Amino acid sequence: MSEFIQYTLQGLAAGGFYALSALGLAVIFGVLGVVNFSHGACYMLGAVISAVLLAELDLGFWPALLIVPVVMFCFGVLMERLLVRWLLALDPLYNFLLTFGLTLVLVEAVKMRYGVSGLPYEVPAGLGGQVTLGSVSLSTYAIFACVFSVVVCVAVGLLITRTRIGMIVRAATEAPERTRALGINVGRWVTPVFGFGIALAGLAGVLAAPTRAITAEMGSNFIIILFAVVVIGGLGSILGAVVAGFLVGLVEAYGIAYAPAYAQIVIFVMMALVVLVRPSGLFGREEIA
Amino acid sequence: MSEPAPKPAPKPEPDRAPVAAPARRHTPMLEVTGMSAWYGEARVLTDVSIEVAPGEVVTLVGRNGAGKTTLLRAVMGLHRQLQGSVVLDGVELTRASADRRARAGLGWVPDDRGIYASLTVAENLLLPPVVHDDAWSLERVYDFFPVLHERRDFPGTKLSGGEQQMLAMARVLRMGSRLLLLDEPSEGLAPVVVERIGEIIRAITAAGVGVLLVEQNVRFASTVADRHYLLAQGRVELHVAGEEFRARESELLTHLGM
Repeated sequence: MSEFIQYTLQGLAAGGFYALSALGLAVIFGVLGVVNFSHGACYMLGAVISAVLLAELDLGFWPALLIVPVVMFCFGVLMERLLVRWLLALDPLYNFLLTFGLTLVLVEAVKMRYGVSGLPYEVPAGLGGQVTLGSVSLSTYAIFACVFSVVVCVAVGLLITRTRIGMIVRAATEAPERTRALGINVGRWVTPVFGFGIALAGLAGVLAAPTRAITAEMGSNFIIILFAVVVIGGLGSILGAVVAGFLVGLVEAYGIAYAPAYAQIVIFVMMALVVLVRPSGLFGREEIA
Repeated sequence: MSEPAPKPAPKPEPDRAPVAAPARRHTPMLEVTGMSAWYGEARVLTDVSIEVAPGEVVTLVGRNGAGKTTLLRAVMGLHRQLQGSVVLDGVELTRASADRRARAGLGWVPDDRGIYASLTVAENLLLPPVVHDDAWSLERVYDFFPVLHERRDFPGTKLSGGEQQMLAMARVLRMGSRLLLLDEPSEGLAPVVVERIGEIIRAITAAGVGVLLVEQNVRFASTVADRHYLLAQGRVELHVAGEEFRARESELLTHLGM
């Protein structure tokens, strides 16, 4: 029983990384119609920048938690302005290929500079221990990562459901042309939304840094699972991205614990089952599928 | 329904002579000149010129595929393969984006009503920016459409077809649009609701708002419109005043093949 609770917590913590990243993927897809293949690489960059901040500037986890999303937001803005924007009028496949190519560039660039062996990072002071509840002892950092992800997801949820910006994002996600015809300059929101989505991937990277091996390839597997998350949750659905993120994190953790040989397969079996029953995902709208 | 009756719209010139090309009543608010449009190689509009004056209801009548919806989309800036000019209140909009045209005063009410499922009724109303001093306040909208007030926190698409149509019209009135582009507002609605839509159109034009109306329901069109442009194969075949249209209705419709 105590092991089960530990696996659950690990799953929820990993699910938090998926949820945050998938949220970014969902808002970018919603407003731009772009499937950002480089999202895994941006998650990796978030972790790598955290490690570099520590090694070069002696800035630890807490400053990184603030600095990295800002840096990644700027990176996203540049990426949209310099690259993605020029292909928006074409078939979405072009931006998919562009971001795929960008992934290769980013991964190889990190390998060239920092090698393949992994960068050192530590669990931040104060979160390194274990919390003991009765017979169960749980990693303090996993609890923190879990709570932090939920708080950020709820905050983004409130931003989207309760503010005028969120209303415009929802409207533009549902029907971009109609939203323009109602007097809203959708184009003005495209760059900040893209930057915001990339910043969320970077934030997930910072959160993952203390518990995962920080390597150039850490995003490669991540992006594949992230696509499974998005398909399960429903493409373009913001609530779906969050719920499916945590769900996939849990299923993955139980898989690793109880059926290690099948851990990777389980997620994709789940994806196939969801698509069989609900082709547009758990929270997807029919017309988006 | 228990809404307050809209003020009857007095028609300022009840005795206009029926002429083949009726004179406009004022300086036109909307001027579309020499509009041609294509879908790829296929030409769907040929040299169409139309005008709408303030407070006037002008319809585009024609069969399916005559180019009516394309013309509305072209005026709104949603169709790209295009020639011809669009001027609203003297402002040249030919090269303007759809969102600029909307802020210049064009109010888009698409044939599917265009209600957002992911926005509540109130959010649907509040989404567009207010672009004119004469824009309706939210209170006025709710006064005029009490059902929208009752359902304000519902998702937009939980409304009935008629309520969605009213929401789509209320949305551009709250925005302060000066000229409404209504695409088939009566489509799929019960006769009593269609009658109500007619009352609403009369009430809003009484305040000087112009309406360009696409209609398949000719009976409905003839009860609300001041003038009609009859479209066939993407051309204006005839331009007639409301009275003449009513007098020659069956002949004209046979001519259009409707």
